[in-house]
Amino acid sequence: MKSEAKKSDAKRTKGEVLLEIKDLKISGQSDDVWHEIVKGVGLTLKRGEVLGLIGESGAGKSTIGLAAMGFARPGCRITGGSIIFDGKDLRKASEEERRALRGSRIAYVAQSAAASFNPAHRIIDQTVETAIGHDVLDRGKAEANAKDLYTRLKLPNPNSIGSRYPHQVSGGQLQRAMTAMAMSCRPDLIIFDEPTTALDVTTQVDVLAAMRDIVEQFNTAAIYITHDLAVVAQMAHRIMVLRYGKLIEEAPTREMLKSPKEAYTKTLWAVRSLAMPERTGKDVVLRVHDVDATYGGVIKVLENVTVQVPRGRTVAVVGESGSGKSTLARAITGLLPPRKGEVYFNGKPLPRALKDRDKDTLRRIQMIYQSADTALNPRQRVRDVIGRPLEFYLGLKGQERDRKVVELLEQIELSEDLIDRLPGELSGGQKQRICIARALSVNPELIICDEVTSALDQIVAEEILKLLLRLQKELKVSYLYITHDLATVRAIADEIVVMYQGRVVQQGLKTEVLSPPHPPYTELLLSSVPEMDPDWLTRLLEKREAKGKVAAKA
Amino acid sequence: MSVDQTAPQAAPRTVKARRTVAQNVWRTLKKAPYSAWFGMIVIAIYIFVAFFAPWIAPYGEAEVVSQQPFELWSWTHWFGTDQLGRDMLTRLLFGARNTIGIALATTLLAFAIGGGLGIMASIFRGWVDQLLSRAVDTLMAIPLLIFALILLSIFGSSVRNLIIIIAVLDSTRVYRLSRSVAMNVVVMDYVEAAKLRGEGLVWIMFREVLPNIMPTMVAEFGLRFCFVFLTISALSFLGLGIQPPTADWGSMVRENATLITYGDITPLLPAGAIALLTVAVNFVVDWFLHKTSGLRDEK
Repeated sequence: MKSEAKKSDAKRTKGEVLLEIKDLKISGQSDDVWHEIVKGVGLTLKRGEVLGLIGESGAGKSTIGLAAMGFARPGCRITGGSIIFDGKDLRKASEEERRALRGSRIAYVAQSAAASFNPAHRIIDQTVETAIGHDVLDRGKAEANAKDLYTRLKLPNPNSIGSRYPHQVSGGQLQRAMTAMAMSCRPDLIIFDEPTTALDVTTQVDVLAAMRDIVEQFNTAAIYITHDLAVVAQMAHRIMVLRYGKLIEEAPTREMLKSPKEAYTKTLWAVRSLAMPERTGKDVVLRVHDVDATYGGVIKVLENVTVQVPRGRTVAVVGESGSGKSTLARAITGLLPPRKGEVYFNGKPLPRALKDRDKDTLRRIQMIYQSADTALNPRQRVRDVIGRPLEFYLGLKGQERDRKVVELLEQIELSEDLIDRLPGELSGGQKQRICIARALSVNPELIICDEVTSALDQIVAEEILKLLLRLQKELKVSYLYITHDLATVRAIADEIVVMYQGRVVQQGLKTEVLSPPHPPYTELLLSSVPEMDPDWLTRLLEKREAKGKVAAKA
Repeated sequence: MSVDQTAPQAAPRTVKARRTVAQNVWRTLKKAPYSAWFGMIVIAIYIFVAFFAPWIAPYGEAEVVSQQPFELWSWTHWFGTDQLGRDMLTRLLFGARNTIGIALATTLLAFAIGGGLGIMASIFRGWVDQLLSRAVDTLMAIPLLIFALILLSIFGSSVRNLIIIIAVLDSTRVYRLSRSVAMNVVVMDYVEAAKLRGEGLVWIMFREVLPNIMPTMVAEFGLRFCFVFLTISALSFLGLGIQPPTADWGSMVRENATLITYGDITPLLPAGAIALLTVAVNFVVDWFLHKTSGLRDEK
């Protein structure tokens, strides 16, 4: 397998040119004005080559990815340049011709498989649809082909998994099924648009390995779009860094990782290096003692959970989705009153249900959500979003209130000009800052941060983390930081709580938890975090395989 | 607190919005299609007439101006007179005032009841939602017009009864709509954040949920208004709606219906007035729905 991979590696770099984009210009419409969002980008892709496109959100990555299929999103139009796929200019081709190419010769794998599958049809029916639709294969052959692809993508029970409906398989399996769908016609080019961004790290490893393998096996060219450098380092032969619709730097992966040239690229590289020494604390602000929680009185989602948060410190709660991290937050805030156990705040037990808590207790515990889009009321201006808690808890009104809002805006490094904006008129990072300001406005003692940076791209996330650290230093606020991203944990946590299936697997100071020996689940979680080393995935898979063999023998 | 060090002593400048409300409205109006413009102009005329009927109308509302009933169209009585010799044009103008006024009051009441309960049901869920929803189902099972006729004959057909009965019956539709739209809003994190803050029901209903379902509700308001308007006219036509001598288009159609048999189109005028307003409101609502639903032509 390994030597085979190397052989194909050599073959694909020598391939002929498959896709050539020259001086591509794309405009997007917002507020009735056309803005150029891609400003003259060119790229060449050879057969069998994997090209990584990276950059922060708004860099035009996805727009370029779609343009490689000759497609512009609604509200966008291609205004200049040429897109030559296998000798044919897609810009000049008719819609009919382009449609004939899409699916059969150029395929697309989207970020959210769950949103891309039709929940009403079986997986196999959707996998074979393109192949049958393009008259490439008949139904029987297409199904056999799909099963073969499922096997190659290492899906469990490849012969029967296709008869399930999309909601009956996990997110990682669905993402692989979508890759199988894209592969069903053996396309020459696949565009992966952030295919693993929505997945847990543990699942991400399997999906990445499967995608890399299958692209290699069929010698398919691919464009891999992501904002995660460590991921792209595993997948791509060559990386292009984009910013504001322009190409910043382009180099083979290893070269790019070793010696990035442009300043912007270097900042991208530096993001993951944020690290903070841990601090210990004796004064406990929050103690969750032996808490059980259930949904509907039947499904147990938390079991005997005990967690402590020292004052002025950050406790990170890590685990994959479904591990009970967010439920823990709901139990603490009283949205889901615990069935058993107590939550102590400043040494005193908190009333279990939200409605029994007084205003001052509510003020002391604030929450910041994962998605600032849904955490801010789209019809409330910044002034009201931040001002309301001031008015509600502290009774500030009018000018006094507005002055405090401006102070808070300055504290979170935003201009006071934003005070009358609606959330829709702010960027993702600005929105998250507003959420932070809202939580901070009333001097809380504890802030529960639920994945506050996972929806943001790395540079913005880094700024938010720095802000949180600075505010902690200034205001001595404690954080309970819920996340599945271990890089973030390294950056800001003092203590770590590892959760798995509603139980606490391990907890302790950061260095204790992060240094071996680990309990098995912590080990799995830690080893799954992608590293900035192009050989990381290969080594990890080898190591796991070796371990599997040992376990099998034993 | 360290905030004070960074805080400016000066009061904040008041920051102006990028566009004023008037500018925004004008920008939107400029792009409205002709049908919407037509609708808006017609509605404006109706509203004008409704407000200024006593000044525009040549005679009094119930003033008998002619000895002869069913007089033909003439310069003194543009649209002739009705069965009691009252001026038809005057009755038409006053009819706008009465019919539109009552329909508007009814629709507002229906929205206050239905919308309020609908949002409440979506926030509380559980048994509150079940109780309200099943009650609404029961009410909706009975045909509106027949139910209204029964209630009106029990309680008597005063204007107040008319408004309350139709509003309650119509609020069932509003309830269903507002409940289902609000359901999508109450699951948002910002509503949870408001609950965590300890906000009361009124704040959550009116400040967190209502502004986000407003476009749908406004569009529905237009349509409901038409239905209420038609229901009232139908009831008046059946003799249980607005009672004489108050001028009302529905009863005017009935009172003058016999004229049709003589080839006189006078009874069609109030009917036409009803139809025109309904069409106009629908045009405007259509455009508004199209605008706020986010359905652009390109998408």
